Amino acid sequence: MRTAISSLELLEPRTLAEALRMLRDEEGVVPLAGATDLYVGLNFGTLETRRFVNLWSLAPLRRIAMRGDTLSIGALATYTALIRSRQVQRRLPMLAQAAREVGGMQIQNRGTLGGNIVNASPAGDTLPVLAAADATVVLRSASEERRVPFAGFYTGYRESLRRPDELITAVEVGPVEGAQWFRKVGTRAAQAISKVVMAAVRGAAPRIALGSVAPTVIRLSRTERALGDGAGIDDAAAIAESEIQPLDDLRSTAGYRRRVASNLLRRFWSDTAPG
Amino acid sequence: MAVPESPTPNSHSPAVGRSVSRKDGLGKATGAARYADDLTFPGMLHGRTIRSTIACGTISGIRRDFDPGGFTVVDWRDIPGRNVVALLTEDQPCLVEREVRHQAEPVLLLAHESREALLGAAVHIDYLPGTPLFDPEQSPRSFKDILIEKGSVEAGFSKAHLVVEGTYRTGHQEHVYIEPNGVIAVPEDGGIAVHGSIQCPYYVHKALVTLLGDAVTQVRVVQTETGGGFGGKEEYPSMLAGHAALLALKARRPVKIVYDRVEDMAATTKRHPAIVRHRTAVDRDGRLLAMEIEVILDAGAYATLSPVVLSRGAIHAAGPYRCPNTRISARAMFTNTPPNGAFRGFGAPQTEFAVEVHMDRIAEALDLDPARLRDRNALRPGDSTATGQVLGQDCSARQVLRTALRKSGYRRKRKAFAGTGRGIGLSLYYHGSGFTGSGELKLGSRAAVELTATGVRILASSTEIGQGTRTMHAQIVADALGIPYEQVEVAQPDTGVVPDSGPTVASRTCMVVGGILERAARELRERLGNLPPEEYFRRHGPVRVTGEYEQPGWIRWDEVAYRGDAYATYGWGCDVAEVELDRDTWEVRPRRLTVVADVGKAIHPALSIGQIEGGTAQGVGYALLEQVTMRDGVMANAQLTNYLIPTTLDMPAVDVVLLENPYPGGPSGAKGLGELPMDGPAPALVNALRHLGLDLRSIPALPEAIMEAACGSP
Amino acid sequence: MRITLNGAPRDLACHPAARLLDVLRQECGLTGTKEGCGEGECGACTVLVDGAAVCSCLVPMAQVRGASITTIEGLGDDHPLARAFMDEVGAQCGICTPGMIMTAVTLGPRPSLPRIRTALAGNLCRCTGYEAIYRAIRKP
Repeated sequence: MRTAISSLELLEPRTLAEALRMLRDEEGVVPLAGATDLYVGLNFGTLETRRFVNLWSLAPLRRIAMRGDTLSIGALATYTALIRSRQVQRRLPMLAQAAREVGGMQIQNRGTLGGNIVNASPAGDTLPVLAAADATVVLRSASEERRVPFAGFYTGYRESLRRPDELITAVEVGPVEGAQWFRKVGTRAAQAISKVVMAAVRGAAPRIALGSVAPTVIRLSRTERALGDGAGIDDAAAIAESEIQPLDDLRSTAGYRRRVASNLLRRFWSDTAPG
Repeated sequence: MAVPESPTPNSHSPAVGRSVSRKDGLGKATGAARYADDLTFPGMLHGRTIRSTIACGTISGIRRDFDPGGFTVVDWRDIPGRNVVALLTEDQPCLVEREVRHQAEPVLLLAHESREALLGAAVHIDYLPGTPLFDPEQSPRSFKDILIEKGSVEAGFSKAHLVVEGTYRTGHQEHVYIEPNGVIAVPEDGGIAVHGSIQCPYYVHKALVTLLGDAVTQVRVVQTETGGGFGGKEEYPSMLAGHAALLALKARRPVKIVYDRVEDMAATTKRHPAIVRHRTAVDRDGRLLAMEIEVILDAGAYATLSPVVLSRGAIHAAGPYRCPNTRISARAMFTNTPPNGAFRGFGAPQTEFAVEVHMDRIAEALDLDPARLRDRNALRPGDSTATGQVLGQDCSARQVLRTALRKSGYRRKRKAFAGTGRGIGLSLYYHGSGFTGSGELKLGSRAAVELTATGVRILASSTEIGQGTRTMHAQIVADALGIPYEQVEVAQPDTGVVPDSGPTVASRTCMVVGGILERAARELRERLGNLPPEEYFRRHGPVRVTGEYEQPGWIRWDEVAYRGDAYATYGWGCDVAEVELDRDTWEVRPRRLTVVADVGKAIHPALSIGQIEGGTAQGVGYALLEQVTMRDGVMANAQLTNYLIPTTLDMPAVDVVLLENPYPGGPSGAKGLGELPMDGPAPALVNALRHLGLDLRSIPALPEAIMEAACGSP
Repeated sequence: MRITLNGAPRDLACHPAARLLDVLRQECGLTGTKEGCGEGECGACTVLVDGAAVCSCLVPMAQVRGASITTIEGLGDDHPLARAFMDEVGAQCGICTPGMIMTAVTLGPRPSLPRIRTALAGNLCRCTGYEAIYRAIRKP
């Protein structure tokens, strides 16, 4: 049952600096971006939070731009903006592809990349892309800005290095060498939460990331090393299966996720085979 | 398929057979149509239902943890009449007194002017929990047992060349009308009026009269624009209307209750899960010699409509096939889960899934093409069904089958797809039109036409729930009167105004109620002589003709022995499904569905096609996507994020072909249509997967299950 | 707060966290926008915010301050899409229809079938199987 709106408080900063001060000074506040996730919780009455800092009007956080060789994507960039961005299409086509498979058009118009990261669901569609792209998360608080590698950003199920007084302001992605590959296996053809989602890059050293098969999105580092060292795909798939810890839940089974993850790895490897 | 072009509207051209403009089209396309939640009444309160959170036990205490200011609170002691939801068996309380039989059972009702205050109110219920029963096969209690026997199955089995056995399972299915259940109860003139999203206003009327007893002098039920029903608003609104009425009577103010999606999915009825066992004897050529069928439905905690759902399921269980020796035994079992109820198809989709998948397994065992096996056994005019009903010329099983094979290119594709990732499969099915046996006679439905200053008006309690009732009834009446369609209006179903035309269920609204209206309109036409209706009205004032159902003289039905003419006629269908399987993920992508349906007469071709396309989509969901996950006796995935119905991208292209083999007793030959398309898609899709070598016997056929069929258990 | 609603400025006194859907239906009396799920799945509550289709059940009012909102009522009685939905029987029960039309208006004239199917993936219909909706949208 829905949470009473009157029990909520929405703080409305006009600038990033003001937002950061609110996060530092106010008790128990949570940043609110496109609301496509938090408001679902509100409508189901499952939200624990009652106080929000509304970020939607902070236009500078929407920017998608090249800084030298680095693609910088503002945390408030919507999925629609990712799909439409020339830079994203050129530099990180697998991100545009992931964005296209998030929800329907209405959700793509509101949901943001930063929101997907902060939400920290192991099933987040864009997260394996960021992991496979070796992205960097830019975190800012009232007192400092710091950059942490996306690969180490999550510390456990729905837990991350972000402190409550910090905002994700942007994601930075350096040049990605090699063929990019993305596949989401959802519960239906559209508007679905992923059962297994994989993003991978076939470069000199392969990079492979999976969602929905562990408490957080994960990189298959041992599988990557094996493939990089010339292991056969059967051996690599066996290693991959040992690197994931899928579970049974409302959407799928551990057994299905394990087999599909292995099959997707094979598919990636054959789809991106040289020549 | 393209909608047939309508000729330019012309006051003299008949309306039947033309895709005239829907009566409710403009309101719906502009947002002007008013649904229950769009209405407000002066002084209106909002209502909320406090529900049980255990599946079985007794209530030991209720604690209200909120400031009672401004609240109206109702429990079972506030019921002035009898604490039952009056339907078939009066076993279900409107509000729990002490014993809880399922999760989400209504216990306490709250109303308040402010939705916000209502949302903030906390109520705690203490229980002495019992041991719940969730497995229908372990249940000692049956709500209904049915035995249908024809010939001697023992004799049939003794001559068998081959015996094929199998067990088939279907899951719950949630209606997912996009408008959740909602009503508003309004005190008026010493009584109560309930406005709401309702399929059967007179069912609600009867329930309210029983519940409210002497506390009211009159009860009126008014259907508001209804955002889908599919059976889900057949019996459940009787419960909901009772709740709103109790609150409204106590508060002496109007009370609106509209469920949110989670509550609607968790608390209201669903399609019955089924377990169907088949044992079939065939001869060397695949002719059916004996069919022994056992049907078990999971009814849930109260009877609701389960006995009649079981009845229809049992009658259809042998499929549209000739078989001299048949025994069908069927039971609807008690479990501690929310009661299951009416859903488009009403038991037949479950049993026809089973028999159709079983037929493909028989074909496989005989190394015979499934289409050939069906053609050999399909019912022909003059054949008798499992209940011994001898079919007339309106039997079209072989016509729909042969048309579907031709239109879909089945034979060519069946060969061409072999060894690829594609499969093609089919299903042959039928659906009885109207109530079973002498049910229509017992209903004694009435409907009327009356003159107005501008033409005529239809008075019927048949509801428009999207299927086109208003439009189709107006077409029938316009032609019977020989006046333009535009001159016929349709009264809003309001039990204070319209007679009881029976419920809007069982594919009876066109064939049965349309037939009553056609006769009434013909009688009115005779009265008018040569005068146009508006002119007759001007000269002579109001005239109303009320028609009543007349059962065709030939119908014979023995309700005890389950023998005789189960239905006045049947709709017939054949689906051919083409699928593609992703071998990495076991995701099924349906590519094309060819649906051939004999509907007797398409009164409105575009509406008829729309019914078939929509029913087919529900069938695709039933087959491949829609899984209700029950945990501790309640739906654990009661959100649209986790209970998935087909989106645009999940639906294949659907080619609909309408055949019109008339039923002489229906208006212009029309048969029942609404439920027919629900029966075919699931078995056709599963049989297409069988063509790919996958032995699936349960739905939904989710990728996880397909993986197991392909690779064994992980 | 001020918004532009169906082309006209409108001042509203509402909680900044209130859902756009509730404000439209309850404060502004625009009941053509429907609630089907409250979780952004069904699309029945679709409206346009500055021309983009959104689920109004998931939009806090604070996020539409100063924005231009278009609802089904803003299209008027003779919008070609409304007409096409009538002619092609794109509406059965009609509860999803306003949302469908609001998504469809963002597609421009004569969109291709694949484009329609992708764009409408966030609008659920339980009655039509979508085919009549495609026919309607391809028509004007």
